Amino acid sequence: MIAEPFAVGRSPIHRMDPRPRVVLATVFSFLAALSNGIPTLAGGLAFSVILVAAARLDMGLLVRRLLPLWGFLLLLWLVLPLTHKGETLYTIGPLPATREGLLLSARITLKSHAILLAFTAWVATMSFVTLGHALNRLRAPEKIVHLLLLTYRYIFVLEEEYGRLLRAARLRGFQPGTNLHTYRTYAYLIGMLFLRAADRAQRVHRAMQCRGFQGKFYSLYRFRAAPSDWIGGAAMTVAMIGLVYLEWKCRNLS
Amino acid sequence: MPQPVITLKGISFTYPGGKTALDRIDLTFYEGERIGLLGPNGSGKTTLFHIIMGLLQPTSGAMAFFGNPLKDPRDFKTIYRQIGLLFQDADDQLFCPSVLEDVAFGPLNMGASREEAIRIARETLAHLGLEGFEDRFPHHLSGGEKRFVSLATVLAMSPRALLLDEPTTGLDAQTRTRLIDVLKGLDLSYLIISHDMAFLAEITDKVYAMEKGRLYTEEKVRLHRHVHAHPHGAHPHEHR
Repeated sequence: MIAEPFAVGRSPIHRMDPRPRVVLATVFSFLAALSNGIPTLAGGLAFSVILVAAARLDMGLLVRRLLPLWGFLLLLWLVLPLTHKGETLYTIGPLPATREGLLLSARITLKSHAILLAFTAWVATMSFVTLGHALNRLRAPEKIVHLLLLTYRYIFVLEEEYGRLLRAARLRGFQPGTNLHTYRTYAYLIGMLFLRAADRAQRVHRAMQCRGFQGKFYSLYRFRAAPSDWIGGAAMTVAMIGLVYLEWKCRNLS
Repeated sequence: MPQPVITLKGISFTYPGGKTALDRIDLTFYEGERIGLLGPNGSGKTTLFHIIMGLLQPTSGAMAFFGNPLKDPRDFKTIYRQIGLLFQDADDQLFCPSVLEDVAFGPLNMGASREEAIRIARETLAHLGLEGFEDRFPHHLSGGEKRFVSLATVLAMSPRALLLDEPTTGLDAQTRTRLIDVLKGLDLSYLIISHDMAFLAEITDKVYAMEKGRLYTEEKVRLHRHVHAHPHGAHPHEHR
């Protein structure tokens, strides 16, 4: 089930025109991913924390969303300092931990948090449908937009169908275990699901043809940028230019 | 003399694999007619509808719409705006992320402007008593609501005739009655597939039967009402 817990809200970010939000989030991710200076990355993280605060996100939910990332980062912090070549800072048993390894772990941590938080604040605060239409307005390839919107529409239907199949199997005494019978049953269920999805796709296409579909979708949505959007967007752009400047400084120093 | 909406002559259809779904169907469906189509599962009813809409190409036979013989499959583009098909499963018909977009989809494809399409969609929804549904997500609607929104998507294209594929399936008694009222109130000709005899008796003038790909249009099949008696009890029951 796709839940959109952040999509509802009345914060300044929620009220901002979705198009600049998508653009800013994309530019910012590239910026954070390509920067290497620790000050730049720390600045980027601070910027995304401010965004999260401005979007007034539910902290509990946000932490739950970050948990998988933390698990992954924990692994990196354990492995990278010990495996990366460089100047030895300390040793754990026979293994030397390097300065470069620690720095790399810190960079990855800062980058991933900055990107994830900025995306949550900017993009997760709009509904899936709005995102689709914003991409459409931004002239993203139509096929991608349709794929996105149709997937969103039918993922629930397929989930329900899968649930029905699984229930039918359970009612006939199916209990999943670690054995060939279980694997085979799941393979059958998934195979059935693919068949049904293909059938449904054909029926949906026919229904669309009957309503005169000729390969082109028309969007009913129109977005209007308010003056406050221009000011907000400009401020965020200036902040990002500041980050670029910081990165340039960092590179010149080293 | 009423104009024939659809004329089928010797239409046959064989599925890849050799199963004959339709066997030399002859049918003339006139403007103003309201016809029911009865028949067991797998007798070719839905296939017939899909052939009429150009979704499947007949193996042999000829078709004409409003008196004009169909020569090129591309002619179906003009058929879509004149004949509307209501699908068996509303989830197939409603594919947009909002009700308003779904109802506006047909008019937009027909070349209506955005404002016009929204106006038509709102009017159609209002006509069916679905005001306030515009921004709902189709998947979250109840079965009955989905059926009415599907009907709205078809009616928004202002067709001259409707093909309805089992429209009462899965509806409760109250919703079914509402559907009957709506269909009775439409100034349209229609062909209805249904297993619901009482429903057909109420909203159609005649009933044709299909069996094993053959269509029987003689007045052999006729629905009639008759009185019956049974002991009075506390259990709810239905009269057909």
